This record gives sequence, structure tokens and C-alpha cells, in this order.
Amino acid sequence: MARIVGIDLGTTNSLIAYMDGKTPTVVPGRNGRTMVPSVVAMTDNGLIVGDAAKEHLVRNPERTIYSVKRFMGKGLADVQSEVPYFPYTLQEQGGVIRIRIGDKSYSPPQISAMILKELKQRAEAHLGESITKAVITVPAYFNDSQRQATKDAGMIAGLEVLRIINEPTAASLAYGLQERTQGTIAVYDLGGGTFDISILKLKNGIFEVLATNGDTHLGGDDLDRTIGDLFAKDIQEQYGIDINLHGDDMQSLRLEAERAKIRLSDDLKTSVTLNLPDGKSQYRRELTRDQLEELTLPLIERSLGPCRLALKDAGLTPADIDEVVLVGGSTRMPLVRQCVEGLFGKPPHSNLNPDEVVALGAAVQADILSGGTTDMLLLDVTPLSLGIETMGGVVSSLIRRNTTIPTSAKEMFTTYVDGQTSVDIHILQGERELARDNRSLARFQLKMPPLPAGVPRIEVTFLIDANGILNVSARDVRTGATQSVAVKPSYGLSDDEVEKMIGESFKFAAEDFKARQLIEARNEAEAILHATKKALGQGAHLLTGDDLAAIKSALTALDGARSTEDHKLIRTRIQDVEKVTHDFAELLMDTSLKEALQNKSLSEMTEPSEKA
Amino acid sequence: MARSMCWHCQSEVAGEYFCERCVKVQPLSKEQDYFTCLGLPRLLTIDATGLENKFYEMSRSFHPDFYQTKTDTERTISLGNSALLNTAYRTLKDPIQRAEYLVRLEAGAVKEIRNQPPADLFEEILSLQDDLEEFRAADGQPSADLTALRTKLQTDREALERRQQDMESRLFDLFETWDRLQRQFEPTEAIRAKKESVLKEMRELLSNRTYVRNIINDLVATVG
Repeated sequence: MARIVGIDLGTTNSLIAYMDGKTPTVVPGRNGRTMVPSVVAMTDNGLIVGDAAKEHLVRNPERTIYSVKRFMGKGLADVQSEVPYFPYTLQEQGGVIRIRIGDKSYSPPQISAMILKELKQRAEAHLGESITKAVITVPAYFNDSQRQATKDAGMIAGLEVLRIINEPTAASLAYGLQERTQGTIAVYDLGGGTFDISILKLKNGIFEVLATNGDTHLGGDDLDRTIGDLFAKDIQEQYGIDINLHGDDMQSLRLEAERAKIRLSDDLKTSVTLNLPDGKSQYRRELTRDQLEELTLPLIERSLGPCRLALKDAGLTPADIDEVVLVGGSTRMPLVRQCVEGLFGKPPHSNLNPDEVVALGAAVQADILSGGTTDMLLLDVTPLSLGIETMGGVVSSLIRRNTTIPTSAKEMFTTYVDGQTSVDIHILQGERELARDNRSLARFQLKMPPLPAGVPRIEVTFLIDANGILNVSARDVRTGATQSVAVKPSYGLSDDEVEKMIGESFKFAAEDFKARQLIEARNEAEAILHATKKALGQGAHLLTGDDLAAIKSALTALDGARSTEDHKLIRTRIQDVEKVTHDFAELLMDTSLKEALQNKSLSEMTEPSEKA
Repeated sequence: MARSMCWHCQSEVAGEYFCERCVKVQPLSKEQDYFTCLGLPRLLTIDATGLENKFYEMSRSFHPDFYQTKTDTERTISLGNSALLNTAYRTLKDPIQRAEYLVRLEAGAVKEIRNQPPADLFEEILSLQDDLEEFRAADGQPSADLTALRTKLQTDREALERRQQDMESRLFDLFETWDRLQRQFEPTEAIRAKKESVLKEMRELLSNRTYVRNIINDLVATVG
């Protein structure tokens, strides 16, 4: 069976992992970093994803998309309060948000697919084989529409999504594999945009989720916003400048807020500097950890409510939890650790890398699906109750939240009027009594045989599969005939739309590939120009006049080729430079080695590697 | 045990999870009750750890995770079996749901939804509902009357909670009676009659308990 990879498609960062023998391993990028920022920039030179795209956040805010996960499976009304924070334009079409860039618009699954493709290519380059199958993680508290949107994103990216798995439960698999413990654990997962709590029982390789809860709009993004709002208020008061009117500066402010927050996990105070849009002023201030904690405490406390509910649903008290596992970058904040410890009464477990553990767990689940790992099994639950609207707008519950999946419920339908030929059914997800207070998932029309009222008997089966996704089927009890049910999602792409987007994605793939080759060639040219110039600065005296001239002319040629659109030409020029500098490189190496042997220490010669 | 044919090789199977000849997974019968599904006798006292172990063991046999590389038919069977198994486990794990299910199986009747308070609670509940109305009408405007009313409703709630506990302990007594009767090899007419009366009492208790439980929930939601 072809390899299945595990993907953590995060709000801020995404990762791809695979099973290397019995060890889950995250695929590193060429720069050695394992995280790909979930940022997509639509530049004039084509599509850029990841670290390079992050640079465009400030340069090109209207054309650079970040935190797209917050829009998955949502309508515009759902995110109304957040719209002012995003520099790109949001619209709605057929219940699905569209992100407008120039004269084109993209659905969130399409943007997510671009991130998935980047990850796919990264894994393909690393493993030297084509990747077509994946397990993708989602927040445990994602509803059906959000899960379906994630599956659609995978399909658009050319991936067969074999399983949608919950992030905290994925993390528990990685934790269980490493620690080999038994007992009851709580996974507290505070990510870039979402919060999840899952309570699991680990016994003899079975990972049984007892309860899950969360908030799909609570994460590092919200913390950054609170800090950013403080800066913006300062700037308004001190300089009379409304930073929110300046897309690029707003992005700088957001990134600066994020960096300050990160620094304050280690330091007790930090200073913030920001160039203002008037072009001359500079905003400076100091932020202490105490100030940060006072500012963010209400948000972090918001995560404790879901924790208590999950404990209650599991029928447990904090004392019953043997270990608390922290997941997600935001759990690095000392305040988060304090609050978690306060609730559960024990210090949380922190031997795992909170950024990577979800991707690693997804790789473990992928290995289970491909038959590699057979001793572990995850029994997950559906996070929200499922019901249908009945007369008077009241919800009749079919499947309760925290029910182990897969699960199914049957409901019998009949007619109220003689000769009635159809019944409309409205499916909802949520915990409220009234239909209008819950999330509308889908509607469909059940066909009825034209008979006197009350005679037709159509049995509808609502099945939630192991992905937490709903499947509906119907059967006429009198005749035994099954009927296909065309479910129209309330907040999602139709099958036709997904098909179309898959087609487009292939069409653009060729263009994307060309753009990508050009960008990569340019990046490489830049790196080699920089390195060679630096080397010349150190060792030009070691060269003969002819050699030096040859190198200089090769460099000029490469510099010229760099600004063309021809990636082949750039590659040729790179090779030229490599040819003429080959001997020089060896010469330098010898010299450095000699110097090293004479008196210098090795550490001075090697550059410190970047910390991921 | 019902006999049927393996969907794949047509050899005879008798309720095994896997065909003995071709080792293909077999669909659990839809007519199978939850006790049979989990290999249990129709008794009300269940060893929780034993039940859990059986559930885990069967999950390992049927869970869709282990059928990803199999044929479509096998995957469909695995999905159906897992869904049935999960429902069976959830129902039998909880003593109240277990009892409701057994009463339904044995007495054949659908769970009654009670609209009227149980006879012995009739007066009490009517007056409580009046108080609750009054409390709601006050709409949180603080007054000495409201404080007194709140205290009274809280006391009522505690009384109802004790009531619920009493009903549950009576129910668990009946569990033992039922199990004793059920274990009789050759049930006499007297035993059959006794079983019937146990079922009847359990049904009454379960229905009253649900009614009281709903009132308590209402009180918690309104008064806190």
C-alpha cells in the first residue's frame, strides 16, 4: 500500500509527518524548519506559500492570506466581528466565504489546498516518492461543515483524505507511543486559532475519548489581537494615527505583538518598536509579563469553562486525571500552564514538542490505517449533538455529543397530507433546544410515495463515520427500496464545486510549478551571490588575477540573469559560478582548516544552526 | 444461534465475527439485541471492567481503522458493526439506560413519556411549579421575598434529589431480584409472574425518575 502521511493543517503553522519505521517523524524543509507558516501570498510572480509568503504579510497585505482556517466551513455572518482585523477582502457566495484577490476569488478550502500542496511537495522531495494519501487533523470541536471543508481542501490538493482526525486525540497517540502510560489523561490544546480539551482513557493500546469540548474561536490569534489593540490605542493617543487604516502597518503591529508575546514566555519584560505610517515617527514601549498576563487572563480563563464541561461529561473530577498533556504553541505561555495547573491540581506534562506532537500523532494514525501499527486503536467521539428540526422549530436530538463514533441513529418519517410526495428535513448540530440557536448543517428532501397521509414509512439512517462526518441514507420500509439522499450543505461547497476546483487546481498546477521553479532559482541565485561575495571578502588574496576576473564576470552574469523570468538561464548561470569557484572553495577550505588547526576553535568557523 | 451464509464464500456461519473458511468479517445481525451483541446474558448487574474489556476486544475486531485496505463490502460491514457495537456499549454501560433497554426488550413497550407527576408526588410538584413560575416572573429583581423563595426552591431541590436517590437504590435492589429470577433454569409460572411484576415496577420507577430528573434540571437551570 502506498505511503500515507499525517498532516497538521494549523491556523498559524502546518506540518507534515510520516512513519520512519516505528518512529513518527516530521518532514523538515530545506531551511531545516519543520513548520510551514499557513500563509499564502498571491504575488505578480505567482503563488508563494510558507516562510517566503510570511514576508509578504507586510509588503503585500491585501494579497497575502493568513489564518484561513478560521473561515473553513463558515458563512460571512459567522465571522463578522473579525472582518476588520483582516486586510484582505471577504465575500460570500452560496453560504461559503470567498477571499477576493484582484479579480479572482477563492474559497477557504482552495487556499488551504495551496498549503497542503506545499506540504505534499515538501514530503515528496524529502521521501523521493509521490504522495497521494493523507490523514489530516482538525480541532476536535470542529463541526461537520468544518470537517467537510477540510476534506474538500485535501481533494483539491490532489490528496485522498483517508481520515480526518481530531488534533488533541492525534496528540494523545504520539504521547501514548512515547510514554507507554495507562490511565486517564487530559489533552489541553491551545493553538493559533482554536482551543480543544479532550479527556481520554488509555488502556492496553486503546485510546478511548471520554469527552471533548472546546472553542473554535480561541487561540494565539486572539491573544495577539488583544496585545495589538493595546498598541493601537497607544498609537492613537500618542500620535493621533489610526493604525487600522493602514493594512501593512496593521500587519507589522500584529507580528510585533506576536513576537512580544513569544519573548515574554522566557523574559519578564520586553520592548516593542514599530515604525508608524507617517514615515517619521516610531512607536516604542515596554511590555512586562505582568501586563501581558493581565491583558490575556480573561481569554485564557475562557478555556477553563470547556475543561469543566468536558470533565462533567466524562463523569470525572480534576483529581481523576492522571496527567495533563499540553499541545499547541500558545501553551508555552507561563500563564496558560499556571491556569491549567490551577484547574487540574497538578503540573502539566511538557516533554513533548507542542508544535509537532499533532503532526506526529497524525503519522501514527496513518500507520494504523495502512496496517503498520496494529496494537493501537483510537476510539473518538462526536463533539456536538446532532438533531433534526421538528414542528415549531424545536430540535429533536438523534445523536448526543460525546458519543463514540462511528455511530448511527434511525428515524421514521411519514406524511401528514394525503398524496404528499416529499418531506423536508433540516439537520442541525449543537446543544440548544431551538433550531435557530444551533448550527444548520444541511437540508434535504425525502421523496414519499403518493399514498394516504401516515401510510408511507421511510426510515432515514444518520451515520456519523470515523471522521466525524455525517452520512445520510433512506429506505422505504414498505418496499425495502433505498433512495439516494442529496444533502445540500448549509455552509459548504457542493460536490460539483469541489470537482470544478480540483480541475482548476490541475490547470493552475503547471503555472504554479513554473512560478515555483523561478522563485526557487532566484532564491538560490541570491544565496550563492551572497556567499561568494562574502568568500571573496575573506580570501580574494588567495586567487590569481585571472581566476578573480573569471569569478567576478560569472557573478555579474548571474546577477543579470536573476531579474529575468527564465529559471533555466538562472540555473545555467548558477552552474557557471559554481564551476569557476570550485577551486576557490577548496582553497578556502584548506586555508580555514589550516587556520583552525593552528589556533582557532571549530565553533568559530561553523555558523550556529538556526533554532527551529 | 441463528445460522446464515458468509456473504463472501457462502459457507455456513453461526454468529461468528469472521467466517471460519475465508476469514472475512461478517455483519452483526440487525435483529441482535445489545446483550447478545456483547456476549452477555440478559442480567442487570454487569461487571464494568469485564464489559469494557469485551468492548475493547470487539472494537479491535470491527473498527474501520483496520479495514482501510480491505474491499468496499468489508469496509461497509466494519462501519455498521462498529456503529452497532458502540451503541450497544453505550446503552449497557449506564445502569439506567441498561434497565430502560431491558424493560423495553422484555416488556416490548416503548419508553413511556410521563406528562403527569407521579401520584405520590402530585401535590408537592404542583406547588413547586407555582413557586418556580413566581420566581421566573420576578425576573431577578432582588427582594426579600425572592431570597426566601430561592431558599425554598433550593430546599425542594435537595428533597427531590434525595427522592431520586431513593428511587435509584430501589431500582438497584430490583436489579438483583431480576437477576436471581433470570438465573432460574426452569422458570415456573410463579417465577414468570414475579418477573413480570419486577419489570412493571422498574418501568414505573424509571419513568418517575426521568420525571423527577427533568424537574431537578429545570430547577438547576432557573435557580442555580
